[in-house]
Amino acid sequence: MSDGTKRLVVGPFNRVEGDLEVRLDVADGAVKQAFVSSPLFRGFERILEGRDPRDALVIAPRICGICSVSQSHAAALALAALEGVVPTDNGRVATNLILATENVADHLTHFHVFFMPDFARAAYSDRPWFAEAERRFKASHGLSVREALATRTTLLHVMGLLAGRWPHTLALQPGGVAKGADARDKMRLLATLGSVRADLEARLYGAPLERVAALADAEELDIWRRTGPDGDFRLFLTITEDLDLAALGRADDRFLSYGAYPQEEGRLYAGGTFAAGRLGSVDPSAIAEDHSFARMEGREAPHHPFEGSTFPDGADETGYTWCKAPRLAGLPFETGAFARQVIAGQKLARDLAAKEGANVRSRVVGRLIETARTLIAMEGWVKALRPGEPWCAQGALPQAGRSFGLTEAARGALGHWMVVERGRIARYQIIAPTTWNFSPRDASGQPGPLETALVGAPVRQGEKTPLSVQHIVRSFDPCMVCTVH
Amino acid sequence: MKAAPFTVLWLQSGGCGGCTMSLLCAEAPDLAATLASANIRFLWHPTLSEETGDEAIALFEAVLSGAIRLDALCIEGALLRGPNGTGRFHMLAGTDTATIDWVRRLAAVAEHVVAVGTCAAYGGVTAAGVNPADACGLQYDGRRPGGALGAEFRARAGLPVINVAGCPTHPNWVTETLMLLSAGLLHGGDLDSYGRPRFYADHLVHHGCPRNEYYEYKASAEKMSDLGCMMEHLGCLGTQAHADCNTRLWNGEGSCTRGGHACINCTAPEFEEPGHAFIETPKIGGIPVGLPTDMPKAWFIALSSLAKAATPERLRRNAVSDHVVTPPAVRDIRKR
Ligand code: SF4
Ligand code: SF4
Repeated sequence: MSDGTKRLVVGPFNRVEGDLEVRLDVADGAVKQAFVSSPLFRGFERILEGRDPRDALVIAPRICGICSVSQSHAAALALAALEGVVPTDNGRVATNLILATENVADHLTHFHVFFMPDFARAAYSDRPWFAEAERRFKASHGLSVREALATRTTLLHVMGLLAGRWPHTLALQPGGVAKGADARDKMRLLATLGSVRADLEARLYGAPLERVAALADAEELDIWRRTGPDGDFRLFLTITEDLDLAALGRADDRFLSYGAYPQEEGRLYAGGTFAAGRLGSVDPSAIAEDHSFARMEGREAPHHPFEGSTFPDGADETGYTWCKAPRLAGLPFETGAFARQVIAGQKLARDLAAKEGANVRSRVVGRLIETARTLIAMEGWVKALRPGEPWCAQGALPQAGRSFGLTEAARGALGHWMVVERGRIARYQIIAPTTWNFSPRDASGQPGPLETALVGAPVRQGEKTPLSVQHIVRSFDPCMVCTVH
Repeated sequence: MKAAPFTVLWLQSGGCGGCTMSLLCAEAPDLAATLASANIRFLWHPTLSEETGDEAIALFEAVLSGAIRLDALCIEGALLRGPNGTGRFHMLAGTDTATIDWVRRLAAVAEHVVAVGTCAAYGGVTAAGVNPADACGLQYDGRRPGGALGAEFRARAGLPVINVAGCPTHPNWVTETLMLLSAGLLHGGDLDSYGRPRFYADHLVHHGCPRNEYYEYKASAEKMSDLGCMMEHLGCLGTQAHADCNTRLWNGEGSCTRGGHACINCTAPEFEEPGHAFIETPKIGGIPVGLPTDMPKAWFIALSSLAKAATPERLRRNAVSDHVVTPPAVRDIRKR
């Protein structure tokens, strides 16, 4: 690195889920190359081997405390496929509610607790919006931070009512849910969601959820910034414009979603891919994980998860992370709320994808739009619960077979692949959303989405943990404990 | 002059972050107000603090050098010894040093060391199965004393590691432990034989379970979503699990058994290896192997056959339904 390139090692990265280290090569005030490393390996896939398949519902959620229900859902789907059982109507709707509660809670935590506090740092004290950002978003003390945590706590009462507790509930089952709702539960759920709606409309958006969900293009977003209702959303748009966050953190604009929330007719958010302006479908047989730069054995060729393995190679020197590199048809894909909304056809998300692609601004906008849309859907689901009708269909596990479960966590596409032999789990492979987003390079040298998104990030004089890098990293809402599990 | 705050440094290692996510659910009052009421200040917490990267490392160094006093070191997640005793399965990002080493050094300067969650206490799910990362707890390796700090370890103030076990922990188990410590009200005798604070570990999950009436008559659930007692067939360990989950509720009004699933005894060492499927009750001759704490087997057999003979029709039917099919009769009390 004699050409004036400087190496920065950034970590520990807080206000993300889990531990993260980023290595940056910096020259001429900008990032030239980035290497993303997950420094924690636990080995859940190995822990699952040899167990009763139903134990996956206990073990897999504990991969992650922030999206444990999503992990539980992927496991339940894989078990349902193995048993050939179809959830009851009530079971499907209640599962949607439980999953949506976790996803919305995640979006709220991300925006208020993880992402926005960076704008209340002293480094921005010369900006016109700083006093307001500090008042609302100072880490752990800001008014909006505290209010959002209170709203989240109220929202999570849905878990107390329908799932027992959160995180690490055992309520989701292959055939539905372990607890039914009665008339009074429905009323309490409506009261809970109504209170969350009121909080968000008063503080976050300053407007009805329906108005947010209906935002149709970048111009409308700009009008909201200039003349829209006061709220944390508008403050975010003001900051975004001033710091030009739309110019920060673009990756390859190849998006992936497995689709979320099955309803009577189709899914609330349809799954698929979106690349070069076109929708495509996901072919699960084209998914493979490459170990070239993961500190894992099995580097000869990429493996489909039914053939995948997780044997850490502690002695390896070329690997720089415990994260594998998942690829779809050989290509890296970005996944998350923005990807999901683009693929599901939300108009503003589509327009942003066409005009500016994924970046710090559009990823955050994607989450805030989705929060509004999902809450509206949840209110409808509560009304669709039918006390007195069955909650959980029963199936029987075969002694051998293989199956997979694909779902969406807040952070994007999540899949579990399970092979059962002699009534025990013989192989279990998990590909989590952040594994897609924070993947290392693969055999052909293609960087993962974050590695690409960091190239070009400005580094100010003397910065050891560049703020631009922090904004980009957090715009993905990474979950490192899921990444390497 | 205001008293110096009770300072807390919180690090995460081989866990899922769920204990922190649960902690943020503290309510009435919320987390910030609860901590403020006891003058407890987080020096650094992975989820809540502003400082990242080099700023965070500078803070850890200041604690190690004694420039900043550390009242409680809270560790969430198991400690990873692998591969081959190097600890390299978890290097603290940005430091090129194993987290287990940071924890050992910081524990040596802390007044108190608190294990938050079953992973940090005993190894937990991270140590399950083949234990690929060679995970252990701070002062236990499963049921065995030892772990990352060793059985003899005592923090500066004289206590062993305080094990706020639970997978995850209830938010108030953590806040109340910190508040008792900051008030100087937690002593050796306030911990049970596994180092758990007795204020919650002296209870059983069975206490206050809404299925107690079914339990009394051995009216049992047969499949997931049934209303009956889950001890006989669905693996519930509520009669043996040390925690107050059914009297101190979760997320408003929940608990595992209220959510329709068995208690898997997540506050206990080695809960992750029950030796059978979690949702099955192992039995010998039709009698569950794991009987309620302090109940002799002969008594249990005698009582349960009596109870079964006396089960009211209402409970017999409701126990295997997913909603109440036979409500209690409405009687005019005065006419009895
Ligand atoms: S379900 Fe478990 S905790 Fe509830 S009464 Fe039965 S044994 Fe006790
Ligand atoms: S009910 Fe049992 S498994 Fe559930 S949180 Fe309490 S101790 Fe843990």
